[in-house]
Amino acid sequence: MSVFAKPAVGWTISKYIVLALYLAFALFPLYWLLKISVTPEKLIYSDGVALWPSEVTLDNFKSVLLYTDFLIYFKNSIFVSFGTAALTTVLAAAAGYAFSRFQFRGKKIIIGIMLITQMFPLLIIIAPIYRIISGMGLLNTLTSLIVVYTAFNVPFATFLMQSFFDGIPKDLEEAAMIDGCTRLQAVRKVVFPLTLPGLAATLGFVFTAAWSELLFAIMLINSNDKMTFPVGLLTFVSKFSVDWGQMMAAGVFALVPSCLFFIFIQRYLVQGLTSGAVKG
Amino acid sequence: MSNIELREISKSYGDVEVMNDINLEIQDGEFIVLVGPSGCGKSTLLRMIAGLEPITAGDLLFDDELVNELAPRDRDIAMVFQSYALYPHMDVARNMGFSLEIRGEKAQIIDQRTQKSADTLGLKGLLDRLPKALSGGQRQRVAMGRAIARDPKAFLFDEPLSNLDAALRVEMRLEIAKLHQRLGATMIYVTHDQVEALTLADRIVVLNEGKIQQIGRPLELYQSPANLFVANFIGSPTMNIFDVKQVGAELQLVNGALIGMSGGGAAVSFGIRPEHIAIVAQDKGHVVGTAEVVERLGSDSNIYTQVEGLGQVLIRHHGNTELNIGDKFGLEFNVSAAHLFDSDGIRLTLDK
Ligand SMILES: Nc1ncnc2c1ncn2[C@@H]1O[C@H](COP(=O)(O)OP(=O)(O)O)[C@@H](O)[C@H]1O
Ligand SMILES: [Mg+2]
Repeated sequence: MSVFAKPAVGWTISKYIVLALYLAFALFPLYWLLKISVTPEKLIYSDGVALWPSEVTLDNFKSVLLYTDFLIYFKNSIFVSFGTAALTTVLAAAAGYAFSRFQFRGKKIIIGIMLITQMFPLLIIIAPIYRIISGMGLLNTLTSLIVVYTAFNVPFATFLMQSFFDGIPKDLEEAAMIDGCTRLQAVRKVVFPLTLPGLAATLGFVFTAAWSELLFAIMLINSNDKMTFPVGLLTFVSKFSVDWGQMMAAGVFALVPSCLFFIFIQRYLVQGLTSGAVKG
Repeated sequence: MSNIELREISKSYGDVEVMNDINLEIQDGEFIVLVGPSGCGKSTLLRMIAGLEPITAGDLLFDDELVNELAPRDRDIAMVFQSYALYPHMDVARNMGFSLEIRGEKAQIIDQRTQKSADTLGLKGLLDRLPKALSGGQRQRVAMGRAIARDPKAFLFDEPLSNLDAALRVEMRLEIAKLHQRLGATMIYVTHDQVEALTLADRIVVLNEGKIQQIGRPLELYQSPANLFVANFIGSPTMNIFDVKQVGAELQLVNGALIGMSGGGAAVSFGIRPEHIAIVAQDKGHVVGTAEVVERLGSDSNIYTQVEGLGQVLIRHHGNTELNIGDKFGLEFNVSAAHLFDSDGIRLTLDK
């Protein structure tokens, strides 16, 4: 039988079964989120573990939008996450390019220090960070979150960007410079278009990290109008009860920006743009 | 068009000196080939001329003007990379027109020039393809097209054919030779392949370990190599080299055979090319050998011969040979074409 013949039906089916199992496993929590969010409050406990509520309602979504501060949290989160993602990606791209292309004094030490920053559990540096932010007069501001998130994400994002730049042959920039570009032009016209997947991946990674960060958001923010979405979710937990329906409805809303963001960048995530640059 | 001069150029990476005292004057329109084994510094030298690598010491002049500090873009040279370095996100036309585009040329002129170089290189139907949709040979052509689309002062090639298969390599070699004739431009071509060097060059520069070993026309290097390195490197198959010592008025091989020439006391090595050894009867000739391996190439035959007390000797016989493995015969050296080298490996000039 030729290796290019159509695979046996059994083989195809089992592939789909495995994929389906994986998807079910990965997506089930999201499904449950959705299910609870459309379940009327009175049925949450009585319906138990049924896969679909006997009655469906959009009340939870309505009350989240109309009677809670959810929209404020949401807006704050968007601002912080986009700010962090953009700032981090710009810094990481610049640093990653330098690490990838230039030899300079102290390069190894700088890389070492950046690695060390990744080794500490966040918990032990919360107090010093709090002091620093308070000293800068940034407590209870969204800026403080952007600064802290950026600081924590830049090292990893830099390594990520560096590996993308390493994947782009140096010859391409050199060819561009011989063709008449300055180094900056070469970066803009040749390297940048080829790094789009890398930039998209970095943006996405940092955005998601900032979007779901809770620890610093709790520590550094105390007024309701500055809360980001993960902190805001906690307001659905009152002393004696948890409003599951509204919490889950808010969670569903929170998924939307992440989904949109990844739909937008996924075409840049598709690799293989550099294939064909060198050799045959 | 321009002439290029290198004066006492050297290059170090940190404490490691990789290039030392390079002097070379390249005339306008000349085809210079830099040849040498891998790692000898050919690419480094080419990249210094291109401005991609800083020059540690010495002067680089284009048309008598010092250009050491000039950025690559201001040197007005074109370069074909070993990897081709085609811009993967631009189609063939834009790849070829890119340098004109960057220099702010009018779209109409860019189009004209791109069309013309595409014609020259047989790339007409491929102009709107991306590099990844091209074969290796086509990519190589695009890389050349990119160089000729503008009219640079000089062309630099860094092993441009080493990624092609043998047949394509021969074909492109011919095209490069034609291109040079038509454009009459100064070209500097780097290769480790001595056949490319011998066939393309007006003058060859042989490099080893960051030093120039010899500069000369192809036949000059073949006929009068300056030293053992060049003697070994140029010519295929390689020259046979034997130790000799002066005994009376004649040189003697280590197996005791006399070779009928004098080295004036300084000669310690005797070099004879495979094509300068004749096969004669056993009782004639300088030494006797036994055929070990016979390669029949059609136009020529290579006979690997074992000579007692001397080791393996390669003979190249024009045309086919009747010899078979195990046959014994005499080897006669054509001493007028042989070379003698002193203890430093420098070739001795003989008064024949
Ligand atoms: N960036 C570098 N740092 C240190 N040494 C280098 C660097 N680039 C090249 N070299 C050294 O310089 C020598 C010449 O290299 P190269 O010019 O690439 O050789 P070739 O092109 O003749 O094969 C080699 O020994 C190589 O190891
Ligand atoms: Mg090289």
